[in-house]
Amino acid sequence: MIAPSDTLMPVTPESRAYSVVPRENAAGHQCLEVSLGPQHPSTHGVFRMDVVVDGETVVKLKPVYGYLHRNHEKIAENISFIGSMPFTDRLDYFCSMTNNWAYALAVEKLAEIKVPERAEYIRVIMAELTRLINHTCLVGFLLNDLGAWGTPLLYAFREREKMLDLLEAVSGARLMCNYMRFGGARCDLPQGWVSKASEIVNSYDRFLDEFETLLTGNEILIARTQGVGVMTAAQAINASITGPMLRATGVDYDLRKAAPYGIYDRFSFRIPLGEHGDTYDRYYLRILEMRESIGILKKALAEIPEGPFCADVKIRSFKTKPGEVLSRIEAPKGELGFYLISNGGPSPYRYHVRPPSFINLTLLEDMCLGSKIADVVIILGSIDIVLGEVDR
Amino acid sequence: MFGKGLIQGLGVTAKNFIESFSKPERMTTVEYPEQKVQVQENYRNFPFLVFDEDPANPRCVACKICEKECPPQCIYIEEVRDEKGKAVRRPAIFDIDYSVCMSCQICVEACPFDAIKMDQVYELSTQDRFEGLLFHKEDILKPNDYFGRIHPTDAKEINLKLREAADKKKKADEAKAKAAAAAAATPKPPTA
Repeated sequence: MIAPSDTLMPVTPESRAYSVVPRENAAGHQCLEVSLGPQHPSTHGVFRMDVVVDGETVVKLKPVYGYLHRNHEKIAENISFIGSMPFTDRLDYFCSMTNNWAYALAVEKLAEIKVPERAEYIRVIMAELTRLINHTCLVGFLLNDLGAWGTPLLYAFREREKMLDLLEAVSGARLMCNYMRFGGARCDLPQGWVSKASEIVNSYDRFLDEFETLLTGNEILIARTQGVGVMTAAQAINASITGPMLRATGVDYDLRKAAPYGIYDRFSFRIPLGEHGDTYDRYYLRILEMRESIGILKKALAEIPEGPFCADVKIRSFKTKPGEVLSRIEAPKGELGFYLISNGGPSPYRYHVRPPSFINLTLLEDMCLGSKIADVVIILGSIDIVLGEVDR
Repeated sequence: MFGKGLIQGLGVTAKNFIESFSKPERMTTVEYPEQKVQVQENYRNFPFLVFDEDPANPRCVACKICEKECPPQCIYIEEVRDEKGKAVRRPAIFDIDYSVCMSCQICVEACPFDAIKMDQVYELSTQDRFEGLLFHKEDILKPNDYFGRIHPTDAKEINLKLREAADKKKKADEAKAKAAAAAAATPKPPTA
């Protein structure tokens, strides 16, 4: 029911969002409104935070996004089904493989396509490689935000480079892979790829050990991150936070276990859980998740069967049955969902993305209130956002 | 002991520093303009048009499927028309705007004639942001041998497929010609 207009608040300068911010603190000292971003290097893209600070303490924080809006959802409603596959790469540009998978999964559900065995293995391998890439980079960026300029980030990038070479050998591109197709993958793994991948995966544990020696016990890291940006389990569930952010609060929810898609039910792996929900837990959880991913990768690379890499699905004039479908996968950043409605035409009638970064960002203010402005930067860093996905 | 983690971490950086001079897995950078990394076989960059023998007669038949399928709409095609205005199956204009192209390879997959393929050239920087990256038919027509050189595995498969199709067509044509000749040889029944 719409409220009668006389009960609505009149729009006055005082009622505008900008003016609701506290102007003074309790002692009568003036507060300062700072615009962090949109081109601040610590905002991981074009993201802006309107922060009101009392001295150095944050008293209000308003996230402002939309600078990278590209109209992805509307464009997808006007081009063919396969045409939006390369655009999904650009959502979360660190993890193009998982984005492809989530979208392919939705269309496969709509068109009732059965995916061959080998393709399922290829998908799991690609998704877990992506998880390694994403988490390694995230730890690097987080440390960069903490002020460890360069060293951990470049170590992370050095390892990521090896895996990007693997993705390039398969798909032809390092970041914008555009590799998954409805019913499988675009091309088969090249000759000798599996052994090359196994080599890198097997040596990855050693890198993680080294990375942990550098970081996990570091007193500066502990002092800066423990107890910073605490989120409770109740808060996280209420705001539908997913992924490592949710698990860091101790909630055991991973789609790979909770609602297995693909062939994840064939792998045995553990779900690492945090305890305190602070920034340190979120950092350490990602290291632990990488170790589980390595286990999955080793098994998948050893077991990958021969056979067709894609079901027989034509590219030109592809149409699905009319219907409505939601696919969700556990992307490295959280639950990535694609919601499609088709009316049987060549393009989806409605296309919606549920991006994990965007929804994980909703609790930013709750985590930041009362902390110092230097902590805001690392809390944002620990959420693991990619603006391509937040703004779409 | 406070500071133990810090000292251990410094040990790691020291190890990395020393090994970055000797261990190949820690030496990851190359000095680019002088040294170049060999591109991988599957590497793709921008599309080009394939011709078999004569650049004036490319494989492309201007069917405009790629133009229609291209997600960022960077292809523009016009077919050759004869004096009566009827379309001849050949492109008169085939422009690709490389500044818009996002290297997604959808055109390659959509092409039913294997006429458009992905190139591997990457040093394309130009000072003219509009015309400099708008590539015309003449710029992007490349021989099939070149495609065989950059993507040997794919090219082998496609050449085999095309040869088989050509043989089949030749046989069918021959059979048709034979049938026509036979039909011409037999006297027509007189029409009363």
